[in-house]
Amino acid sequence: MDHLSGWLAYVAQFSVLALIHGLSGLGLNLQWGKTGLFNVGIAAFIALGAYSTALVTTAWLPSTLQGAGVGIVLGLIVAMLFTGALSAAVGALTLRLRTDYLAIATFGIAVVVELSLRNATSVTGGPLGIGFIPRPFPMLADRPAWFACANLGVVAGIVVLVYVLLERLSESPWGRVLRAIREDERAALSLGKRASTYRLQAFAVGGALMGLGGALEAHSIGFISPDHYTATLTFQIWAMLVIGGSGNHRGVLLGAVIVSAIWSGTGLAAAAWFTPEAQAQAAAARIVLIGLLLALTLLWRPAGLLPERSRRRLTRETQRPPS
Amino acid sequence: MNLQFLADGLVDGAILALGAIGVTLTYANLRFANFAHGEFISWGAYLTMALATIIGMFTGWIPEGFGPFSVGGGWLLCALVAAIGTGALALALDALLFRRLRARATAISSVMASFGVSLSLRALLELLFTSRPRYYSDDLQIAVPLGLDLRATPDQLAVLCAAILITVGVGLLLSHTQLGRKMRAVSENPTLAAVVGIDVAAVIRATWLLGAVLASLSGVAVGMLVQIRPSMGSELLLPLFAAAILGGIGSVPGAAIGAVIIGVAEAATVRFIGGEWRAAVSLVVLIVVLLIRPRGLFGSRP
Repeated sequence: MDHLSGWLAYVAQFSVLALIHGLSGLGLNLQWGKTGLFNVGIAAFIALGAYSTALVTTAWLPSTLQGAGVGIVLGLIVAMLFTGALSAAVGALTLRLRTDYLAIATFGIAVVVELSLRNATSVTGGPLGIGFIPRPFPMLADRPAWFACANLGVVAGIVVLVYVLLERLSESPWGRVLRAIREDERAALSLGKRASTYRLQAFAVGGALMGLGGALEAHSIGFISPDHYTATLTFQIWAMLVIGGSGNHRGVLLGAVIVSAIWSGTGLAAAAWFTPEAQAQAAAARIVLIGLLLALTLLWRPAGLLPERSRRRLTRETQRPPS
Repeated sequence: MNLQFLADGLVDGAILALGAIGVTLTYANLRFANFAHGEFISWGAYLTMALATIIGMFTGWIPEGFGPFSVGGGWLLCALVAAIGTGALALALDALLFRRLRARATAISSVMASFGVSLSLRALLELLFTSRPRYYSDDLQIAVPLGLDLRATPDQLAVLCAAILITVGVGLLLSHTQLGRKMRAVSENPTLAAVVGIDVAAVIRATWLLGAVLASLSGVAVGMLVQIRPSMGSELLLPLFAAAILGGIGSVPGAAIGAVIIGVAEAATVRFIGGEWRAAVSLVVLIVVLLIRPRGLFGSRP
């Protein structure tokens, strides 16, 4: 019985983390898949979401609210507002300039956020991070399998809600303008659509979703530390998007499950087969593996496993020799 | 006030310049920000070490310092061969991946591919060499006084002179030869350049080769003065981008001057604020440039 509930807890927790990565992936899909904005600092936005809610629920709120469900909800809202506002600021600075300046600026943000998490010890706890972040369902704290399943229910509910909202947004006039800008900016401009405003909005909403993902992850695990929020995390989210199908929300969620499964599976295999001294090298090997998978997908199946619907028709109609 | 930080910043800036030239040329000629450029720095440093070790295994040769310097002629030869090897790596990446992406998709998927390549190349170094820091030489170098209360090790002076010579050489090469003119034409407009008979593919190969060779040499310099780690190159990536944008994309002298400014600003941060915040300088410079003068000091268009 214990053995079974251990497996149940593992599978439920795996699904929680895969879905949370999927949520950040949906944010990236809005930025890159739907709008063509390249974000290299995903880990930073996830980290800022996690740290904002951690600070709100462990330090800033009055202690009566800290453990309560209200506190967690407030923390999630603060996380989304903060990461959304930061994304808007980065976007306002770079979106009117050369295409890759956004990528470079988000990369810079990622470097500096990681630096700050490690060194602004009085706020972020430094390399040790922040512990004792309240988890939902405190009454299930001593039953890991029950907690993981209940938490999975909440996270899955949020992901479904976000998915439905994003689908509605993509089919709305707003979503059509985003696709128009991505496919042919000049045509969209000629119809009186201010490309930079729409881009900024998409980038801010996408950033807020990454912050939400980070915040949910912090509450699901209960502690955070800077080691988690490195370029490897950014890389994983990108791999989910590209492998699953950039532009397709369902593809991103599929990619999140696949990449998380590969990641956890190779992690388990490495723990079982390699000596502790070789663990770091085994970790490096799986980054190479995911990198190869990413490169092969880009080369052989650039639209991913589940390509964006109607994209093929769109690109064929607007296809022209490169200018 | 002690001006030592200016001297240290100048040396770091000269090393950065070697990398920034490659970044700015790739951005101008291939039209994408290459996030894998930092890895050429690491690969150059590791290939040099690996070559010296392999030759040592077969011949019993142990690299020795020359005069006051920590390394000598045989080792320099290894560094040159490693630079060519890094250039070959860049050309191979282009042939296997980037050329195909260029032919098909929008420029942005090259950026994404370069980000994936960057992490994979770094992980590959960790796999092959572990992440333990290495050093080319165990000798301890004594800094010599230069007057004005400044001090520098012989290695620092050698690296500074070499980096200035190489940077000026490359600048002259690109401003006075046919290759440089072709590169400027391709960066202006690849289609028109092809129409007037320029072999655009050859210019792109030359860009990769030149950028990777310079990056490899700067990696060797970092290895001489600091240490070798798999993350050494990716840690330099943000300063490289900041230097290239500050100087103006496409401008070789701009990249060099931008690199020196970044190097001095980093050294000033270490001196007056604290070493742990060094990496934040580049983002601050980047934001200021984007706010005030997005085309950079010598760039033509924002």
